[in-house]
Amino acid sequence: MDLFEYQARGLFEKHGVPVLPAAIATTPDEAEVAAKNIGGKVVVKAQVKTGGRGKAGGVKLAVDAVDAREKAGAILGMDIKGHIVRTVMIAAAAPIESEYYLAILLDRSNRTFLVMASVSGGMDIEEVARTAPEKLAKIPVSAVDGISAAKAKEIVSAAKFPFDVADQVAEVLLKLWEVFQSEDATLVEVNPLVKTKDGKVIALDGKITLDDNAEFRQSEHAALVDHEATNELEAAAKAKDLNYVKLEGQVGIIGNGAGLVMSTLDVVADAGKKYGGVLPANFLDIGGGASAQIMADGLSIILGDSDVKSVFVNVFGGITSCDAVATGIVQALELLGHKATKPIVVRLDGNNVLEGRAILAKAGHPLIEQVDTMDGAADRAAELAAL
Amino acid sequence: MAIFLNENSVVIVQGMTGSEGTKHTRRMLASGTKVVGGVTPGKGGQIVDIDGHQLPVFNTVAQAMSATGANTSVVFVPPKFAKAAVIDAIDSAMPLVVVITEGIPVHDTASFYAYSVSKGTTRIIGPNCPGLISPGKSNVGIIPADITGAGPIGLVSKSGTLTYQMMYELRDIGFSTAIGIGGDPIIGTTHIDALRAFQDDPDTKAIVMIGEIGGDAEERAAAFIAEHVTKPVVGYVAGFTAPEGKTMGHAGAIVSGSSGTAQGKKDALEAAGVKVGQTPTETAQLLREILGR
Repeated sequence: MDLFEYQARGLFEKHGVPVLPAAIATTPDEAEVAAKNIGGKVVVKAQVKTGGRGKAGGVKLAVDAVDAREKAGAILGMDIKGHIVRTVMIAAAAPIESEYYLAILLDRSNRTFLVMASVSGGMDIEEVARTAPEKLAKIPVSAVDGISAAKAKEIVSAAKFPFDVADQVAEVLLKLWEVFQSEDATLVEVNPLVKTKDGKVIALDGKITLDDNAEFRQSEHAALVDHEATNELEAAAKAKDLNYVKLEGQVGIIGNGAGLVMSTLDVVADAGKKYGGVLPANFLDIGGGASAQIMADGLSIILGDSDVKSVFVNVFGGITSCDAVATGIVQALELLGHKATKPIVVRLDGNNVLEGRAILAKAGHPLIEQVDTMDGAADRAAELAAL
Repeated sequence: MAIFLNENSVVIVQGMTGSEGTKHTRRMLASGTKVVGGVTPGKGGQIVDIDGHQLPVFNTVAQAMSATGANTSVVFVPPKFAKAAVIDAIDSAMPLVVVITEGIPVHDTASFYAYSVSKGTTRIIGPNCPGLISPGKSNVGIIPADITGAGPIGLVSKSGTLTYQMMYELRDIGFSTAIGIGGDPIIGTTHIDALRAFQDDPDTKAIVMIGEIGGDAEERAAAFIAEHVTKPVVGYVAGFTAPEGKTMGHAGAIVSGSSGTAQGKKDALEAAGVKVGQTPTETAQLLREILGR
């Protein structure tokens, strides 16, 4: 889960990373009150989970509370790269002398953690990495040892932070490590980390990605979920514990196993080229045990998607046998009754495949059509969606 | 021969007394795997009857190893306790630890992986993987044993069901070993580790490599193939239609910016001389052409 800037700031504050006073607002009125409470000049910042908001006009300086109200009014409701601004953060304005960059992240390639640090912060760090890689220090951090005071000093000196801020930056690094580790983050990024004119080091903007697998020990993270951005169908699927992602196409997909479902999407998109660009409507992995209830839950989510014109159920019977899956499909259609209205192409293969296909054939449901191969079934589902 | 797992593999099940552990212990036994016991902290001393096999339960992996001579552990422990279970196995210098558990926090995996590297005596496969099978010899994890038999193909895949699908497509030819390495951001055994082992395995004549979006493991594997693999390799990559920023089922299957795309992986594999199929069926067909069957 990616956090909003204000949520990242909240976690920074919780763990003692220095930040400026700030508050959030969802209306111009709230923005005015927030600015008044902070006092003086403030910055009004759009809260969107995408980069480039400054260039898009989503960050504005306000001279006083009345101005903050006006600026918030202009920013709220903006569309920044497809993200609608529903919240702004009002933060105290700081006189900046220097801008730096600090991040702790999961380094998949090397199967460890990594600190990236640069005294050239503020801009797009990927640009720095590309054009001036010598300005970006990359220091691996052991998942066993973490960042100690000595390690923090090593990083600060490797990144050539100026002497006058070295101790403060090292201290910030230790706190950021605490955020990274205790919050189960996979990315903690500060850009920019600034030195103010009076010599203080402060995290001015931050980005945090949290590990969804750690939900069981991070009960406070549930409050950080952005329900407004979650698609209605995705929310309904999550409530049923289904692994579902809404996509843009017309063929509803149900399969078992993440890899096979991803593959199914590709095969459908490929087959769809013949039928004027038919595409998969969703990703839905019902996992190993395809019981009637799970199948019914999955089908009802997909049939509830008005974009869906046909459904492709693609199951390889591994642990679950195909006869159990077939029975699940038949019972699911009984449970759904008249709510099931779209043609369903079923491809079963693997364990007990003949029994499974026989069960579907015997049921003779008018919506079900069996095709024996994955490629053939994808083609038929795409064809039906194009009718 | 085969890789990582063979007829001399003696297996204990960490989490055998749990429902998943019991279910799959039964399946592993039925497929001929030498399962000799289980580990559940606090339940040491119990004997569990699984289909007539009297399996002792131990409190620690060390106790299980000294009592049974086990050289392989398979982990079915829930995410919350998985790190402790794997650390226990590493501390006991268990040579092979296959972690089936899905949903382990990546901080825990990073930590036990780093610990295993520092000790240098344990190979971890997974987590979030289906395990591996050397047909006719041993089967550790959740891969169905009856899809196909022994043969000359080596298979390495991030995905479980795509592994099964590919084994099924090529069931008349058979496999030396099929290994599911898992779909998490950090895994103990990579495509490269499996490719290296298949290259050195005299029973393996050709290799199928299945990848998916996320990370750069396939690109690195492609570079490794170009440099070190002389056996024919065919490839498949899932996730061409996955949108940026959405996790596709596996915690590691996510496209971020331009990195981790299926097209990038396919291009890298093809540049390394690997024939890449458009669908699993077409990939199987490419392999048939290479083997002339």
